[in-house]
Amino acid sequence: MLEYLFFFTAPTWFSSLPILKDYIDPMVLDYLVWPLVQIGLLLFVVLTLVAYLTLAERKISAWIQVRIGPNRVGPEGLLQPLADGIKLLLKEDLIPLKADREVFIIAPIIAMVAALVALAVIPWGAAWATISNIDIGLLFILAVSSLGVLGIILGGWASNSKYSLLGALRSAAQMVSYEVAMGLALIGALMFTKTLALQDMVITQERLHIWNILFQPLGFLIYLISGIAETNRAPFDLPEAESELVAGYHTEYSGFRFSLFFIAEYANMLIVSAIAVTVFLGGWYLPGLSYLFTPGSTFFVLASIGVFGLKTLALLYLFFWIRWSLPRYRYDQLMELSWKWMIPAALANIMLTATFLVLGQELALIVSQNNMLEISTLGYVFLISTAFIVTVPLTWIMLGQINKNSRDFNLREVQPLPMNRTINK
Amino acid sequence: MTEITDITHPEIDTNEMILNMGPQHPSTHGVLRVALKLDGEVVTDLDCDIGYLHRGVEKICEHRNYQMIAPYFDRTDYIAAVSNGLCYVETIEKALALEIPLRAQYLRVILTELNRLSSHLLWLATHALDIGAVTVFLWAFREREELLKIFENFFGARLTCHAFRIGGMTYDAYDGFQAEVKDFCDRFPKRLEEYETLLNTNRIWLSRTVGIGIISADAAIDIGLTGPPLRGSGVEWDIRKAHPYECYADLEFDIPYGENGDTYDRYLVRMEEMRQSRRIILQALEKLPDGPIMAPKAPKVVKPSIGEYYHSIESPKGELGIYLVSDGSTQPTRLRIRPPSFINLQALRQMSIGHLVADVVAIIGTLDIVLGEIDR
Repeated sequence: MLEYLFFFTAPTWFSSLPILKDYIDPMVLDYLVWPLVQIGLLLFVVLTLVAYLTLAERKISAWIQVRIGPNRVGPEGLLQPLADGIKLLLKEDLIPLKADREVFIIAPIIAMVAALVALAVIPWGAAWATISNIDIGLLFILAVSSLGVLGIILGGWASNSKYSLLGALRSAAQMVSYEVAMGLALIGALMFTKTLALQDMVITQERLHIWNILFQPLGFLIYLISGIAETNRAPFDLPEAESELVAGYHTEYSGFRFSLFFIAEYANMLIVSAIAVTVFLGGWYLPGLSYLFTPGSTFFVLASIGVFGLKTLALLYLFFWIRWSLPRYRYDQLMELSWKWMIPAALANIMLTATFLVLGQELALIVSQNNMLEISTLGYVFLISTAFIVTVPLTWIMLGQINKNSRDFNLREVQPLPMNRTINK
Repeated sequence: MTEITDITHPEIDTNEMILNMGPQHPSTHGVLRVALKLDGEVVTDLDCDIGYLHRGVEKICEHRNYQMIAPYFDRTDYIAAVSNGLCYVETIEKALALEIPLRAQYLRVILTELNRLSSHLLWLATHALDIGAVTVFLWAFREREELLKIFENFFGARLTCHAFRIGGMTYDAYDGFQAEVKDFCDRFPKRLEEYETLLNTNRIWLSRTVGIGIISADAAIDIGLTGPPLRGSGVEWDIRKAHPYECYADLEFDIPYGENGDTYDRYLVRMEEMRQSRRIILQALEKLPDGPIMAPKAPKVVKPSIGEYYHSIESPKGELGIYLVSDGSTQPTRLRIRPPSFINLQALRQMSIGHLVADVVAIIGTLDIVLGEIDR
């Protein structure tokens, strides 16, 4: 059981540390001490990263908006997250009089825990850089991260405020809708990796010498959009749309409870990017990395962690960039995007990918044996070209045709207006 | 006006939720309170509650000398203080039958058009912010800042300028004023293009504005809409053209108007208006004559002859009018302001019913209201 759960035992440099080697049983060392060290390190790194993500967001938004951004606390404002954290900790612990106290207190904790638990199975790097590699990894993440919505609903409900309630309702509908599209978008990639264990997905991509995004451009796109919606980021930040709902579900929250929601949001962002990197962008696999370092060596693992981190940060930057460039969707348009575009497109992606995989096997370009794919050079060309030339445009055209006649969700009957209009002078 | 007469009674049994938006709400542009009756998120009815910023400006005016009233007008529509000041001084000049020197007229036109730019920039900023485009907000403020610096140099104040005096201007243009304005006008079209790159063909922006808050030309005229909301519905009406004041008759400009009367058309109309304002400013700078800036006959003690006077100008928000009753003394008997925002706000209910909460925010933004002017 333990071997199963903690697949990667402690590295030799750790188990050969003098104190540990002499006093602790190797079994305990491998399955108790090392995972605890990993968890401690991971929590420290992730929480620090989350704190600095807030600073990065503020800085990047400032640069986009021709401002300077925070630069007062510490050198170049680098201690700003610390100051923010201290401020939030020292604030009065405020609970509205008519709020449901217990639920109000527990809601941000649920949101936070759901966000942090999902960190356990993400392959942060090669070999021992992963805490756990359970074989339902992806399902585990989808299941746990959808628990986060519970915290939001409960928080919105318990606040006993109409804005919070509306925010919570929106968020529930949004997360349920996009969860479906997100799950479906991942299935196409699963056909190539043939496993749900996240570390194995990366290893498969390494073995095939490819990033799944080349096989699955449409899947990646759908996943990315759904991921942004799932984490309630702009342009899908309806649950906390400040211009309509003040602050949405956390209107009544202040101080540290608010910061728990805040940390959960950023941690979720991190997880969504990390999964996108793992499933679509090859995880820690970078072509040529194994030539630079001996695979399995300490340096190789460290380099793989660096590669994974860089890819994740690049995606996070994309998140920021989108947030500060686009206006916000309306609630019904958001639902429309999910149910009329994202989910059908994901289904079409599954069907087309499966068709081409079978076709490739019939043409003997791809061999599937022992639950593994072997792809010939021509097979790569076939799969990549069909993905880009057939799947993406075909889905686009098909959905465009289907949705052309669909009725607007907007309840007021509006005459369709031409999009390109000129103003008379 | 609406069915919602008493929204405070708890015993009303209804399945619809009543959401109280404002007066402390980020996107009601001040202290407007809107009571929304919601079916899910669809607005079935709404009622505006105004008066949180009421200062009784009209009553105060009855107890002040004519010169002392002028600064109060900077504080009605504080976004467009120069335009408001212009309306007041012109009313009094009309009552006194004063002829204003040409240089003062051109300077007034330049300054009010600059003010129109700054007002429209603020509208663009907040409207985009309401719809979620935060970056446009700060970009528009960058340009507005340059305009406010010009105002600061000219009048010594950024927001409440107290720009004009009865009979002309207090200050002549400072050294380098023309160059600064010209410089701004040269850079401005590029900046406008930047905003339009972000918004004009943005699918989210289109889906949030096209077909939202439609009001037909007839309905707009019935309500008494003026300014961009009226022109967005396709009515070509601009007081600068219809009843030219100052030197507008000598200047060439077009009146932009839309055809569908939705939020997107009003957006396009205002964007085009900014271009036209720039055109007016450049022409006026070109033609700016030398000469005095105060009318030689301007009286020290202002005593308009007995009678009733009405004068209106095209402020950035619409038709701003002042109705003045004079009994021949140094203080007005009655001074009534026709605030464009107040009348434009009346269209909110008609525009919003059937839309979602998010659209109400967009519609409030597109009406471009200022609560200082509505409540007075």
